[in-house]
Amino acid sequence: MIVSIASGKGGTGKTTVAVNLAALLGDVQFLDCDVEEPNAHIFLKPSIGKTDLATVLFPYFDKTKCVFCGKCSGACQYNAIAVLPANIAFFEHMCHGCGVCTYVCPEGAVTEREKEIGRILSGSAGKINFIGGRMNSGEILSAMLIKTMKELIDPSRTVLIDAPPGTSCQFVSAVHGSDYCILVSEPTPFGVNDFLLAAEALEKLKIPYGLVLNRADIGNDEIRDICARKNIRILMEIPFDMEIARLYSVGEMFLEKMPQYKEKFKAMFEIISEITKK
Amino acid sequence: MKQIVVISGKGGTGKTMLLSSFAALAKNKVLVDCDVDASNLHLMLDPKRLKKELFFGGKKAHINKNKCVSCGLCKKLCRYGAITEDLKIDEFLCEGCGFCKEACEYSAIEMKDNLSGEWYVSSSKYGPFVHARLRPAEESSGKLIARIKQEAKDIAIRDGLDYILADGPPGIGCPVMASLTGADTALIVTEPTLSGMHDMERATEITEHFKIPSKVVINKSDINPDNTKSIEAACEKKGIEVIGRIPFSESIVRSLVARTPPILGDSADIKQAICEIWEKIQ
Amino acid sequence: MMICITSQGDTLESQVDPRFGRCAYFVFADTATGKFEAVKNPNLEATGGAGPQSAQLAASKGAKKVLTGNVGPNAMSTLAAAGIEVVTGVSGTVKEALANSK
Repeated sequence: MIVSIASGKGGTGKTTVAVNLAALLGDVQFLDCDVEEPNAHIFLKPSIGKTDLATVLFPYFDKTKCVFCGKCSGACQYNAIAVLPANIAFFEHMCHGCGVCTYVCPEGAVTEREKEIGRILSGSAGKINFIGGRMNSGEILSAMLIKTMKELIDPSRTVLIDAPPGTSCQFVSAVHGSDYCILVSEPTPFGVNDFLLAAEALEKLKIPYGLVLNRADIGNDEIRDICARKNIRILMEIPFDMEIARLYSVGEMFLEKMPQYKEKFKAMFEIISEITKK
Repeated sequence: MKQIVVISGKGGTGKTMLLSSFAALAKNKVLVDCDVDASNLHLMLDPKRLKKELFFGGKKAHINKNKCVSCGLCKKLCRYGAITEDLKIDEFLCEGCGFCKEACEYSAIEMKDNLSGEWYVSSSKYGPFVHARLRPAEESSGKLIARIKQEAKDIAIRDGLDYILADGPPGIGCPVMASLTGADTALIVTEPTLSGMHDMERATEITEHFKIPSKVVINKSDINPDNTKSIEAACEKKGIEVIGRIPFSESIVRSLVARTPPILGDSADIKQAICEIWEKIQ
Repeated sequence: MMICITSQGDTLESQVDPRFGRCAYFVFADTATGKFEAVKNPNLEATGGAGPQSAQLAASKGAKKVLTGNVGPNAMSTLAAAGIEVVTGVSGTVKEALANSK
């Protein structure tokens, strides 16, 4: 079973829910797919056994073979190649590494080379198999990195995916193929707005989802009213608590220090297991 | 004309709270919300929409089943895993590269424009406001950001404005880079948590990479004074000035719930802290 | 010599467009023959890479010099790769720009 934890809005407690759930369940595979700003390792403190480079294939243009016919430039949908009368200009930061330029070149002048876009860290924290992605700064192909990470998923296990914020391509790459998605939000206008956007994206992707309402006692009841009206399940509420905020600030999992929440997390996971069985 | 972009690395540190306050403080400015897939600034500005434009961010492949002979070449070549076992395009994974179309010998694949969002020019009580909405589960957010920033710049030139104030997205990837393009100052909002510190570090890597002068604000600075000190030390080492500290305050939450910039809220301390930051950045 | 001027319209009387990659028209003026041609910029609606594509267009028309307001970094490196001289900060009408460039 693959359960992703996402939020729409950043900073609502996605990673908090994900790492505490992982610690509670113990025997899970955990993927930190927030590759731009990975944080789960701060809490899970895995020992990293292996670091793999994540690469994509980028074109290399051999100007001695190039006849400047412009076929590659015409085929490139990202305008990453400009073919000039006797020269060629390639803009690496616009390239998506699709490979079409190599394919269409009649002269064999375009070959491909591996380019590092990030790293994938594998390790363990107790029984948790931890896989963390880290995109290199200045890179744009986070979706490719996430896709590479997800090839490591062991479908026989319970898999938790910490997804990036937002509702666009990287969010989609992370949650795509999940059996269930836990959306974490808070009862403020920002939280409501972004929760609805994420919910809309999940409906398009046909992934069932429910809400964890974090800092549930700040703000107002708008989000609860919407959930009641739209028949969206509120899986759990976590009130605002200075102690939770403090434990978060020093990178500790609050479930270990505040065992009263364990039953709530357990109950939530049982609900999700039931729903995904159907 | 000065372009100020607020970023954070980590989400939820208070970018929009701060930028909406600048909106209330600054004169002669245009506002732009670069967080196009989870935009929030409009919630604080109560905008009146003046113009709406559709945004086609790229293309998606479509397979014509009548022409397709099920050879499977497209599936083999696609590097994004966007062609399913039964040779259908998974529109959520298609990057619109057109490789399948180029390779298909039966001309069974067509690239069609994809409506990925819309953008708006609005008026607000704090001045002109350019914003957008990426349709959920769509891509090309970087391009949409570039488009609305261009529009904001055109408005600033047309109206002779002093500031472009941009609310940035979280992260350090393509939307953030698109937001930072052309910025005079990047204001990085962080919080004294290990996650906030870790993400601020990554955010400064990006601003250094693009050689954009940056300044730091520590929000909720009193939730962990030790971490606040570590942030200050880390910034000093990098030569980045910490221009403000905003304490945790229920007043800010009340302002956000009331959809008003916290600078107009009921806490004198918060007002003072934000005014000082604005003084230092402008 | 073929000179490319970015223009807001398709005549010699049009104002110079300050943008290169996303200008409305390119006016190609051949100083040897005195002939000129206005080409609508096909890259105006490009979602990315308008600069390099416009530079590619200028090069394909045989331009040796570009007169415009501003050139982005990608367009600049493409123009340089094509061996095209770039003059920025140009304003006024296309005709004036041409006269001043001599």
